[in-house]
Amino acid sequence: MLEIKGLHAEAGGREILKGVDLKVKKGETAVLFGPNGSGKSTLLAAIMGYSHCKVTAGSILFDGTDITHLPVDERARMGIGMMMQRPPNVMGVKLGDLVRAAAGGDDVGIKAAADFRLERMLDRDVNVGFSGGEIKRSEILQLTAQSPRFVLLDEPESGVDLESIDLIGTKVKDLLYRRTNCGRRTDGCQAVSALVITHTGQILDYIGADVGYIMQEGAIRCSGRPTDLLNDIREKGYRDCISCRMVVPS
Amino acid sequence: MKHVEKALTKKAAHGPDVDITKYEMGPGSMDAIDDLGKAPRDLAEKMGEVGVVTDEGARDGSLLIVNNAVGHCSLRVSDGMELMPLDRALEKYDGLKDHMWKLVEPDKDKFTATAYTEKATGYFIRIKEGHHIKNPIQTCMMIGKDRSIQNLHNIIVVEKGASCEIITGCATGNQAGDSLHIGISEFYVKEGGSLTYSMIHSWGSGTVVRPRTGVKLEKNARFTNNYVILHPVGTMQSAPVVHLDGEGASCRLNTVCLAHKGSDVDTGGTVYLNAPDTSAEIISRSITKGGRMVARGRLVGNVEKVRAHLECRSIVLDDGGVTLAIPELETKVADVEMTHEAAVGKVERDKVEYLMSRGLTEEQAVGMIIRGFLVGGIRGLPEELERDIDEAIEQANLGD
Repeated sequence: MLEIKGLHAEAGGREILKGVDLKVKKGETAVLFGPNGSGKSTLLAAIMGYSHCKVTAGSILFDGTDITHLPVDERARMGIGMMMQRPPNVMGVKLGDLVRAAAGGDDVGIKAAADFRLERMLDRDVNVGFSGGEIKRSEILQLTAQSPRFVLLDEPESGVDLESIDLIGTKVKDLLYRRTNCGRRTDGCQAVSALVITHTGQILDYIGADVGYIMQEGAIRCSGRPTDLLNDIREKGYRDCISCRMVVPS
Repeated sequence: MKHVEKALTKKAAHGPDVDITKYEMGPGSMDAIDDLGKAPRDLAEKMGEVGVVTDEGARDGSLLIVNNAVGHCSLRVSDGMELMPLDRALEKYDGLKDHMWKLVEPDKDKFTATAYTEKATGYFIRIKEGHHIKNPIQTCMMIGKDRSIQNLHNIIVVEKGASCEIITGCATGNQAGDSLHIGISEFYVKEGGSLTYSMIHSWGSGTVVRPRTGVKLEKNARFTNNYVILHPVGTMQSAPVVHLDGEGASCRLNTVCLAHKGSDVDTGGTVYLNAPDTSAEIISRSITKGGRMVARGRLVGNVEKVRAHLECRSIVLDDGGVTLAIPELETKVADVEMTHEAAVGKVERDKVEYLMSRGLTEEQAVGMIIRGFLVGGIRGLPEELERDIDEAIEQANLGD
């Protein structure tokens, strides 16, 4: 579904991605580990097409189409959605209006707001004065309204309390497995793929992941079962973890 | 009188000078329109653009002035208020001696002097003591003749404990783009009274607009002024002067504007805080799309224990225009709380792309951010006005 080949990209005038190769299959959930500053968020920004991240070489294919230089909104309409770690404050734009716009003018997201404990936030300016948990819930509500086929999640569990983690985990699971439509994951109904950045692995308690990757210095250095990778990182730290494995092509 | 005649050639305190002699006084008579619902189509369309409705059911009073003639005046409430052409009020109330030319100096500049020396048309609104007018009162000022002067003088008196909301729409007809609007306004809000005055405009791209407004607030009186100009205009100035004379009086001057290419927009206001516990807010939100945009604000704290805040924020969409924010705070006493902030910038790319990542086109995203910028954070804007603003933003194709 997503295929990244030899991707180089700059952000803030510095080369951050130095040749990323990655594939995410249809229906697959891939997890991205890596130390701070290794380029994980920049990779997600490059896939979404944010202009602060400038692709200098390589390509991004989505469903076989080269999207490397497509505008953000075209990627979104092709079915890519992103949950940012620190989305910007948008003064004057009401969360409810954005949720409605994300659903193409439909009220489906507005009606779901109470399930995300956000019904009182719909009249508030997007992200302005939101707590950490509110930002995450708001991002997932917007994504739920948008209903993408491929989801980029940048640390969905960071900066939230335990109670919120449970709600966020459940809602991310619903988003990926379309539980409301399908009830359970089967080959027939699972169409949502995901690329998830996590440091703690807490989100994996909810969504389960098919494959994990470790990024280091702007490239994928290692791959394997997500739980194995997480255990290795916990035990040995990133440096030793990477040194013990070969890069396994996806 | 002599000093006023001398002022007929006196340039305004700021802004480009205008040669008044190139205009002639607009027509002073017209056929009356008994029912606004039966107004000619082009007139009705123009009224709709500036928030004036032809279905008078939603209004407790309506008054229409075309050029220098009152074409319609109607009231839906029988009690508590008066709405009439100025000349009738001058007759009825012995020349309105307590209210005419008390808050605006006739010799201020050539525009006030012209309004003083020539016969002015206008309206008189009086809300009687203790009455709260439920629905807005609407007034519409239309210029229908090219190279003509519209010369207006309006008086509003909100008596003790009374309240009302007034929506004024100003526009020029399609063939009257090069014209001059002079408007003297004097508003009096008595003890505990409240006045919300909203203006929305659709001038021609060559229209010269020179209103001069004075407002006096007594004890605990409240005044909200909403000035909205989103369509092209030639050159306009709006700078109401508000005197907070009574203890606890408060006012809020909101400006929402868009300076198109070729437009010279100069807005703002001055508030004199003359009594303890008075408070004032001057808030301006503007977009420059190739035009000249000046956002002024002057707050003068003359006594202790006053609070005032001034905020000018501007987004520059296109190169080539000019944006100038001039905030001024002045006081001679120590115990005041007066603040200002001014910011000029662009529509931030990360915000646009954030909305685009939800599937909005760039144009939709920019439009949403600009709408939010213009009306978000402004308190006291009537919901109806927000809808008109939405339409004007849509027409302006800001995402291009």
